[in-house]
Amino acid sequence: MYVAVKGGETAILNAGTLLAQARRGDPAVSEVSVAQIAGQLRLGVARVMAEGSLYDEELAALALKQAAGDQVEAIFLLRAYRTTLPRFGYSQPLDTARMAVRRRISATFKELPGGQVLGPTYDYTQRLLDFSLLAGGEAPVVAEAAQPLPEHLPRGIDLLGEEGLIEPELPPPGDPAPADLSREPLSFPAGRATRLQNLARGDEGFLLALGYSTQRGYSHTHPFAGEIRMGEVALEVVPEELGFAIQIGEITVTECQMVNQFAGSSTTPPQFTRGYGLAFGEAERKTMAMALVDRALRCAELGEEPAAPAQQAEFVLSHSDNVEAGGFVQHLKLPHYVDFQSELELVRRMRAAIASAQPAQEQTA
Amino acid sequence: MSATGYNFAYLDPQTKRMIRRALLKAVAIPGYQVPFGSREMPLPYGWGTGGIQVTASVLGRDDVLKVIDQGSDDTVNAVNIRRFFARTADVATTDRTAEATVIQTRHRIPEAPLAEGQIMVYQVPEPEPMRRLEPREAVTRTLHALADYGFMHVKLYEDIARYGHIATTYDYPVMVNGRYLMSPSPIPKFDNPKLHRSPALQLFGAGREKRVYAVPPYTRVESLDFEDHPFSVQRWDEPCALCGADDSFLDEVVLDDAGGRMFVCSDSEYCASRQHAGHTGPAHRAQRGSLAAARAGEVGIEQGKPVPASNDTASARLGRGPASS
Amino acid sequence: MNAPLLPGFAQPEDHAQRVFRLLLDALARPGRVQTLPFEFAAPAPLAPATGAAALALLDYETPVWLQSADSAPWLRFHAGCPLVDDPARARFALIDDAGAMPPLSAFAQGEPEYPDRSATLLIQVAGFAPHASTERGPTLRGPIWSGPGIADEVRLGVVGLPDGFWRDWQRNAGHFPLGVDLLLVAGAQVVGLPRTTTVREA
Repeated sequence: MYVAVKGGETAILNAGTLLAQARRGDPAVSEVSVAQIAGQLRLGVARVMAEGSLYDEELAALALKQAAGDQVEAIFLLRAYRTTLPRFGYSQPLDTARMAVRRRISATFKELPGGQVLGPTYDYTQRLLDFSLLAGGEAPVVAEAAQPLPEHLPRGIDLLGEEGLIEPELPPPGDPAPADLSREPLSFPAGRATRLQNLARGDEGFLLALGYSTQRGYSHTHPFAGEIRMGEVALEVVPEELGFAIQIGEITVTECQMVNQFAGSSTTPPQFTRGYGLAFGEAERKTMAMALVDRALRCAELGEEPAAPAQQAEFVLSHSDNVEAGGFVQHLKLPHYVDFQSELELVRRMRAAIASAQPAQEQTA
Repeated sequence: MSATGYNFAYLDPQTKRMIRRALLKAVAIPGYQVPFGSREMPLPYGWGTGGIQVTASVLGRDDVLKVIDQGSDDTVNAVNIRRFFARTADVATTDRTAEATVIQTRHRIPEAPLAEGQIMVYQVPEPEPMRRLEPREAVTRTLHALADYGFMHVKLYEDIARYGHIATTYDYPVMVNGRYLMSPSPIPKFDNPKLHRSPALQLFGAGREKRVYAVPPYTRVESLDFEDHPFSVQRWDEPCALCGADDSFLDEVVLDDAGGRMFVCSDSEYCASRQHAGHTGPAHRAQRGSLAAARAGEVGIEQGKPVPASNDTASARLGRGPASS
Repeated sequence: MNAPLLPGFAQPEDHAQRVFRLLLDALARPGRVQTLPFEFAAPAPLAPATGAAALALLDYETPVWLQSADSAPWLRFHAGCPLVDDPARARFALIDDAGAMPPLSAFAQGEPEYPDRSATLLIQVAGFAPHASTERGPTLRGPIWSGPGIADEVRLGVVGLPDGFWRDWQRNAGHFPLGVDLLLVAGAQVVGLPRTTTVREA
């Protein structure tokens, strides 16, 4: 062998063995189980499910374990598994108004029917490392509330809708079935349903940065967190032979509805506009960022000049997917020596041409 | 289902039908990029997922598959993709170009002429030849619809104005059947002439960008150029150090940290079969006998510097002939 | 009583792949007669190769226009493809009586940005008459085919196409890159006629 990057199957297999050993870590420390990951690292699992586009806590936890905690790698593993699954059909739209709420807050109303429900949140924890967890401290016992939450809480933002103060959320004309981005390639211009699908499985870090940029003057959407809710919603399908919806299970989702900059004119009554975010599991940061980006991407329909990065649909949607981005950035590791050789040959030739021309120039000077 | 529990060649039947339909349209509109519902594959995007999906869709039990990367059957990525198909499709594999019915490649076209009945599958990172000039797909698609390729010519001409040469050496844009501007994938421009009127069917897959395209056999494929700057390919001042070929694309191999280097065929199978047929290059001749030191220069003179007389090193590395491979 | 439906492919994966390769070859090498490599029975009026091509290519994602509805139950059962009445909405069309077919322009032509969004037509004909070098009979002077996929040119007569068909084909080619693509079928034989192929009557 005379080329360093050549390697046989043995090298590849050995690398795989080394990886498995490194993943396992110190054998004297007990192995983490998939159930432990699903139960105790649930926010990490939720992100893998959301961006992996597959709601399965056990498989997402398995992917995280196999990926040694690398989220983007785990998301990739889950996506690659997902593509092999047969497609049985599409569910009915989720009705988040009928969510069994565990958390619901609104920043736009002091109080709203059903109240502000903090739920399990890091928001008002003081970010002090809890050294008792080092010793494997027991979780506190939660006391039952005197009054159970109502079964369903109305969406706070709908209260604005009753007054016509916020744009209604209407299906597009003809209510066409949305495209399925996991089956069809993205094309431009992309409708809102397509954009939201893309954002829902888009990289959280990317959306966070873009959403943040809209708050710093790269587009002006003046967002208010109209409502954020998290809890369980029913998943329903309509089997062709039955003709009516049956519930096949429930999933945890987080939904964020942003209330944004009003639009209108001297003749059209002004209304607040919406930005929407939804993701599997507890994913508040992701859904808030998604809602900001969704609103920014609606610039054209709302008569705003698309100037900021977050408003450029093709830019945002083409670069949001971390499986695509991670693969392509890292493909630079693959051998490129043929192309490099081609460049090298050209650069040498051009340098030689300049070098041979130089003395002549000096003489004439 | 094969023994692995996965579908034959990994993809499910519906996905294969979808890709197959896209491929038929690709053949019907040579050089045009057909969008397809590219799937996540168990290899990363950018690592050949488009080529793999195309190969998985065309491959049958009777096919003989060859996989190359940088012209070589032995690079890690080629080994990995060949291993993937051997595992999921249980097909025969080969490194002999002439024996293969399907050849998946990254960055090269084999030196041995292709034949009717063979299918070339190219891995394509960026299918849009104008992408570096215009990042917006909505715009490039319109330019293709209008066959408006003026600014590609302008770009090449700017190169000439600035450097005195067209500065594109790989992924050099081509015109297919006089209508569609096409990326030949990042093959060196050395390989571009092989695309023209090839008897083989040539399929291109871009997984991350979700496009397939095709060049049917015997189709005109012309590299863009200008009358005063005709298209030309790379040439080397010396033949392959191992097999003496003077018509192949050569890789530069650095031998030591003193500037020693030699040039050998990038197409490892072409080189091996030539050596098997008795052809030798300067390195072999240098290895033999007392003229070694005197002829070392032939191995890889670079800017007048002969390869240092580290023939021990060179011969250790030159051990790979047909017998030892 | 309905007669029981004919079965689909005996070996679904393998047969679908072989039929696809045949169709790929047909479109990549227009004017060359390809023959189905295994026995296959399709319900009337579909020819074996039409039925095989349908099972290899059609599914719930491909709206299909059927000239004759007789094979609809079989197609719906095995391929699950939606059937449409408007030829312009079909991605595939199955035509068993070429004499009574709509003009090529009645089918989806694609869009300038997406010329692939055009229909593929499977048209059944009576047979193919290659430019045979028969020693006795008169040499058939079929039309001359040329274009991508054809090394120089090839002569192939198609028996059973309606009068004026090649003029209609010329119009189709005139709209390139828009236009339909054809797979001509006779029994177990298939000939591809993509939109890039020029056919000159000798």
